[in-house]
Amino acid sequence: MSTYANKKGFGATIWDYLTTVDHKKIAILYLISGGLFFVIGGLEAMFIRIQLAIPNNDFVSAGFYNEILTMHGTTMIFLAAMPLVFALMNAVVPLQIGARDVAFPFLNSLGFWLFFFGGVFLNLSWFLGGAPDAGWTSYASLSLHSAGHGIDFYVLGLQISGFGSLMAGINFLVTIINMRAPGMTYMRMPLFTWSTFVVSALILFAFPPLTVGLVLMMFDRMFGANFFDVAAGGNTIIWEHLFWIFGHPEVYILILPAFGIFSEIFATFSRKRLFGYSSMVFATVLIGFLGFMVWAHHMFTTGLGPIANAIFAVATMAIAVPTGIKIFNWIFTMWGGSVKFTVPMLYAVAFIPTFTMGGVTGIMLASAPADYQYHDSYFVVAHFHYVIVGGVVLGLLAGINFYWPKMFGTLLNEKLGQITFWTFLIGFHLTFFIQHFLGLMGMPRRVFTFLDNQGLNTGNMISTVGAFLMAFGVLVMVINIIITSVKNEKVGNDPWGDGRTLEWSIPSPPPFYNFKQLPLVRGLDAYWVEKMEGKKEMTPAEPLGDIHMPNSSFLPVMIAFGLFVAAFGALYHMDDKSWTLPIIIVGLLITFGSMLIRSVKDDHGFHIHKEDLMDDSDKGGKA
Amino acid sequence: MKKRLHKWRLIALLGIVGLVLSGCGEPFVSALKPAGDVAQSQFDLLILSTLIMVLVIIVVIILFVVVILRFRRKKGDETIPKQIEGSHKLEIIWTVIPILLLIVLAVPTVVTTFDLADTKAMDKKDKDGKTKDALVVNVRANLYWWEFEYPDLGVVTSQDLVVPTDQKVYFNLTASDVKHSFWIPAAGGKMDTNTDGVNKFYLEFDSEKAEDSNNIFYGKCAELCGPSHALMDFKVVPKSKSDFEAWAKDMKSVKEPVVEGDVAKQGEAVFNKSCIGCHAVTPNDSRPEAARQAPNLATFGERQRIAGVLDHTEANVKNWIKDPEKYKPGNTMTGTYGELSDSDIDALTAYLLQLKVEEK
Repeated sequence: MSTYANKKGFGATIWDYLTTVDHKKIAILYLISGGLFFVIGGLEAMFIRIQLAIPNNDFVSAGFYNEILTMHGTTMIFLAAMPLVFALMNAVVPLQIGARDVAFPFLNSLGFWLFFFGGVFLNLSWFLGGAPDAGWTSYASLSLHSAGHGIDFYVLGLQISGFGSLMAGINFLVTIINMRAPGMTYMRMPLFTWSTFVVSALILFAFPPLTVGLVLMMFDRMFGANFFDVAAGGNTIIWEHLFWIFGHPEVYILILPAFGIFSEIFATFSRKRLFGYSSMVFATVLIGFLGFMVWAHHMFTTGLGPIANAIFAVATMAIAVPTGIKIFNWIFTMWGGSVKFTVPMLYAVAFIPTFTMGGVTGIMLASAPADYQYHDSYFVVAHFHYVIVGGVVLGLLAGINFYWPKMFGTLLNEKLGQITFWTFLIGFHLTFFIQHFLGLMGMPRRVFTFLDNQGLNTGNMISTVGAFLMAFGVLVMVINIIITSVKNEKVGNDPWGDGRTLEWSIPSPPPFYNFKQLPLVRGLDAYWVEKMEGKKEMTPAEPLGDIHMPNSSFLPVMIAFGLFVAAFGALYHMDDKSWTLPIIIVGLLITFGSMLIRSVKDDHGFHIHKEDLMDDSDKGGKA
Repeated sequence: MKKRLHKWRLIALLGIVGLVLSGCGEPFVSALKPAGDVAQSQFDLLILSTLIMVLVIIVVIILFVVVILRFRRKKGDETIPKQIEGSHKLEIIWTVIPILLLIVLAVPTVVTTFDLADTKAMDKKDKDGKTKDALVVNVRANLYWWEFEYPDLGVVTSQDLVVPTDQKVYFNLTASDVKHSFWIPAAGGKMDTNTDGVNKFYLEFDSEKAEDSNNIFYGKCAELCGPSHALMDFKVVPKSKSDFEAWAKDMKSVKEPVVEGDVAKQGEAVFNKSCIGCHAVTPNDSRPEAARQAPNLATFGERQRIAGVLDHTEANVKNWIKDPEKYKPGNTMTGTYGELSDSDIDALTAYLLQLKVEEK
């Protein structure tokens, strides 16, 4: 650690994390809270599978089941997968491009706290009269019909956390455009940075439609507007469009970073540069672009007519081409390489056949007339779990194992990691493969129970058994993390030994300023280039000088907390409670007051002086 | 020789896929046992796409297995493999071949999309405004029950959809409260019933396949619509053309429900006091849609199920009337008819079970 950070007490550490604007600490915050929500979403999944283990089960009631399935989907997408992706982006991207932080550190922190308070707000619905129950898609006619405050929690919670996602997206766009180290041209950027770049652009364009939809829904439910009320001239199909114009890019927002992580892992553990780098970049951009052209394939049965259905069917099929390019490039990255099966590599290798299966069912779904059969059946459930769990979650598990030493300075236990890998993978296939057939055999999705004598019993039982195996794998992973953290055996700069990119050229974890001197990038896989020339570290691109750093700030927590408070007022306002208006005002005062302080108070940050950096010389401050 | 072996394996595998897929599920509810031309065309697309995709998977798996077996790092091996940038030839191959495969799938997809959306026959009306050569059914989905109106026949029924076999049956689909989706897996894919407007499509029911499944198909709601979404089932009763015409004639000829026995008569009185505000008991219900707030009960005595899901027994009718909330949470019937005494319920049940059109 640097001379600026000394051993601190528990309270001081908490305060440090509450006020931090350091991308590495924000990554840890995202990781912890995303992990927590992942466990909550996983528990909800277990409730679902227990309820569906046998026909006519009454483990949970019908209405409660709908709340569970809604919160499972919403939590996993918005509160688990997104923040875990952001965790890895924050931990890695600034290091990969040779930057000292993201472009807007304050905004970075604000984005996290908005996500966090939005997620907490949404989950508080469990204790305050019931969670949302209209599915994560929250189709308008059902969500307007839904009694209680569940949907209001959904609408307000997602708006707050959506602000956070949007900020993160903009922040990474600016960071990647402006803060690359000398010599790091676009076509020398590691694939994870490229996918973060493309994904940030997707966030920028995809989240506004969601926000628009949520705002319209909020006005309908809370302030008596009629955007989606058919009796008053509204239209519910507009919600479907708005939701899916966001919703389809959203799944690419999740999967592209996973692609990026796998690209890094394949290259690293094959000791080979990525096969077809430029076509990989091209494919990533193309997938991102096409992601906006296919939303209506979620609505083939809505009745848009044959012309729309045919166009969107063909457009959807087109996405298979760049995705196929990626799959073959990964295989040929390993071809001729020297492949080492570490835990992250196991995930990456397992990802190829698993994701291919999810991809091909995607093409089957693209065939519109056949989709009339698959749509809203368990076939779809199987498909999207194959791409989201088989793609995104395997990617996140791979990334967390791969980057754990860079984030925490210690390697996760290999043996336990392998146990997690095998139980999770086998459990996953057991759970979801059979669901393709359940769907085709006539089981609709989102059913709280199914009747006996329809040929669905065996399949559902198998699926439940698989789910328990997955849960066991996750449990072992939690134990692994605890054991590893307690032991805390420190590792060096490049613990995997085959690191190729800039992040492996600096200590694990890196000093809070990342690079003492910005590195000079001389090609793709910058650190590998230096290693091949027999050097141990990067060539600096600048003389040693003072480093300008941002100050910590508590204001992001305040701004997000204010919105959290105001949301409670807005939520109960329609019940004609007298205290709601003051609460809204107080909440907004906290938010805008904090923003005002931020605006008028000059905060120039601070400088780390050259002399202090020299003291750190043996700690690898040099790039 | 080796190549031929591969070919044989491939064909065997494809055969297995076809067998496995068509051997799945119960004939009355499985999309893998198509019981009509619409379901068949969708099943054909499923098989075509599965074959193409199995081909892709096989190629990927072969390469994959070769890679992870051949290029494992030996212990202590510190050699640096050749750093290959890529290969234009290979990359063109795996760009072009998928495009060709997709075209093979895209062409029948587009053709079938337009075929299945062809509902022009519904628009050809004769002088009286009746549909000329097509049977049209107006399907109205409601919170956990289905209404089927035959506008050209002047017949309204619910929960059991009666259709003629071996001809196209056209549907107008709409919902009266929240969005639902109309799905008869064995007969073809689903279409949503929106609150915003009317969707149109058609299905066909094959007479031979109908016999295989004892002349009954299961229908389901496929769009989350509330707590009892899973229980929003209906049944399809396929009949030959002549049987269907006879059924339609019987339905039209019902003027007043006729019941026998004192208990049932007493039940009629209870019904007229507590239930008639929402439920009609004759198939020619001329009230407007909005007034038809509950399932038409004209054929209640011959229904396949009580409330769509319970076995058709006297006990279940009584249970249902006593506490509908227990069997279909969130339904709109609970609490709308006051307290009924046990004897009222017994009488009502006797009356309801006599509401028949055909079996008299």
